[in-house]
Amino acid sequence: MSSAAPASVTEQTSSTVGPAGDAPPAITVDEVTVHYGDTLALDRASLTLERGRICGLIGMNGSGKSTLFKTIMGIVDPDSGRVSIDGGPTRRARRAGALGYVPQSEDVDWDFPLSVRDVVMMGRYGRMGPLRMSRRADREAVESALDRVELTEFADRQIGQLSGGQKKRAFVARGLAQGATILLLDEPFAGVDKRSEATITGLLKELAEAGATVLVSTHDLNALPALADEAILLMRRVLLHGSPAEVLRPENLALAFGLDPSGASETPRDGERPNSDRADRIEGEMA
Amino acid sequence: MTLIDFLIEPFGLDFMLRALATTLIASVVCAVLSCWLVLIGWSLMGDAVSHAVLPGVVLAYVIGAPFALGAVVFGFLAVGLIGAVRDTSRIKEDAAIGIVFTSLFALGLVLISVTPSHVDLNHIIFGNLLGVSRSELVQVAALGAIALLVLAAKNRDFTLYAFDPTHAHALGINPRLLGATLLGLLALTSVVALQAVGVVLVVAMLIVPGATAYLLTDRFQRMLLIAPAISILCAVIGLYSSYYLDTASGGMVVLSQGAVFALVYLFAPRHGLIGRRLAAMRRKRANTRVRSASTQAGRPASAQVSRRRARAER
Repeated sequence: MSSAAPASVTEQTSSTVGPAGDAPPAITVDEVTVHYGDTLALDRASLTLERGRICGLIGMNGSGKSTLFKTIMGIVDPDSGRVSIDGGPTRRARRAGALGYVPQSEDVDWDFPLSVRDVVMMGRYGRMGPLRMSRRADREAVESALDRVELTEFADRQIGQLSGGQKKRAFVARGLAQGATILLLDEPFAGVDKRSEATITGLLKELAEAGATVLVSTHDLNALPALADEAILLMRRVLLHGSPAEVLRPENLALAFGLDPSGASETPRDGERPNSDRADRIEGEMA
Repeated sequence: MTLIDFLIEPFGLDFMLRALATTLIASVVCAVLSCWLVLIGWSLMGDAVSHAVLPGVVLAYVIGAPFALGAVVFGFLAVGLIGAVRDTSRIKEDAAIGIVFTSLFALGLVLISVTPSHVDLNHIIFGNLLGVSRSELVQVAALGAIALLVLAAKNRDFTLYAFDPTHAHALGINPRLLGATLLGLLALTSVVALQAVGVVLVVAMLIVPGATAYLLTDRFQRMLLIAPAISILCAVIGLYSSYYLDTASGGMVVLSQGAVFALVYLFAPRHGLIGRRLAAMRRKRANTRVRSASTQAGRPASAQVSRRRARAER
């Protein structure tokens, strides 16, 4: 089931982290097509994400954002095309614990009888023996991750008894404890208060500065420039991959959201500020 | 009759002792497994698999293979068929489960009726706790030990699987393998419990203890202790009451599980009905207090505003 890449692709064994310049890109998605039955979810999507970058992923519901995440994680095998992580197959990246994932709130059972600390400890499972007994290094990594997301005082709470923003931070802490170098966040700002959003944004920026690569799907277009170094417009294909300002230009957003296509021009004028009115409207459409 | 006599007397009899041992083993294994089933949302799957193993057990009996093998094969067959019906037609999962397990169970019943054996239909359906033989007890103990050992060893992985299979996958841990292992253990456990309380009541043993423990704690690792503790307690209560009231033993075991669940459902400190109602009432009262305090404080202020406005208009 898993293991995206057939043997022929990317058997570069030279993916030891070399000097900063010539390291392979963190994520390469190359002409990936995915069908679910008759539905086309991704249509020859291609993108490259360098290390240490924060990239916002923008698109309507059904534009293939979740499928893209699943393909990067190797949960979905592409019909054609290939994905490589740190220059190798996703399977290797998973075994190395490189891929951290922060799920969408709706995908989590918040009544599950686990404490915040239990959840963060799950980030360490890949590094433990088959019985998943925690050692001192594991416990220390968990405590330090909890500390970094400012949840130490809530560590013994059942996970459902956190605020929306704290819940997200708990899952970010799981990625930290894991030591993930690539973080995938699915709608981390949905239902999150502004303060938590700022905390998470700050944390992601710190991580990126330390060399982690962050891919964030978000509906929060207004917050995008403050968060991301680059952004991707997805509509089954990658329509545009550029700076947040460029992606947020109304005519470009229109491409992705199918609003007023006649007003969209192929060559956007330079120097135009993102139209936040338009952004708000589009957010409304997406909700 | 002293209390000691009261407690000892039933188990002076060999068959009662075997009944006790079988019930305890079955209830512990089922209870531990039920913790995961309840959280994954597989309770109905437990129902289905425990019924669907019947034809496997009968066929294994016919060809002289181990019961456990037949049970596991048919357990997986049932799960595969349920998935197939659900995914390839417009039938929803609950109906698919109902169709598949009743059909397989019926197949088992028909096979029993044409198989020359001394297997009594009633025993399979309602259990034959008081008729457990020594060799059956050994088999139950062996299967139970295997199931418990695997559950204990993969405890954390199963919990990860139940909570976040995507994360398991991201760590390079195969969630499908974990799910399949859990289903295999479910089939194995069904065989264990089938002998004790019969297939109809296996379902209760596979759901009730886990659900009861879930209402009592917010820590999964504690659930894994509370559920078997409850299950053992109920097994003992059930057996004693069945002895002294001269009632069906399997039925009494499950009845006491139901009674304990009802008590916990009502009186559990945090997640019980009454506790939650009281907490809600307390919250409401606190809120109205705050609100009435703020309206009292607010009145003079608004009066001031209107007075000021009146002055300005003048």
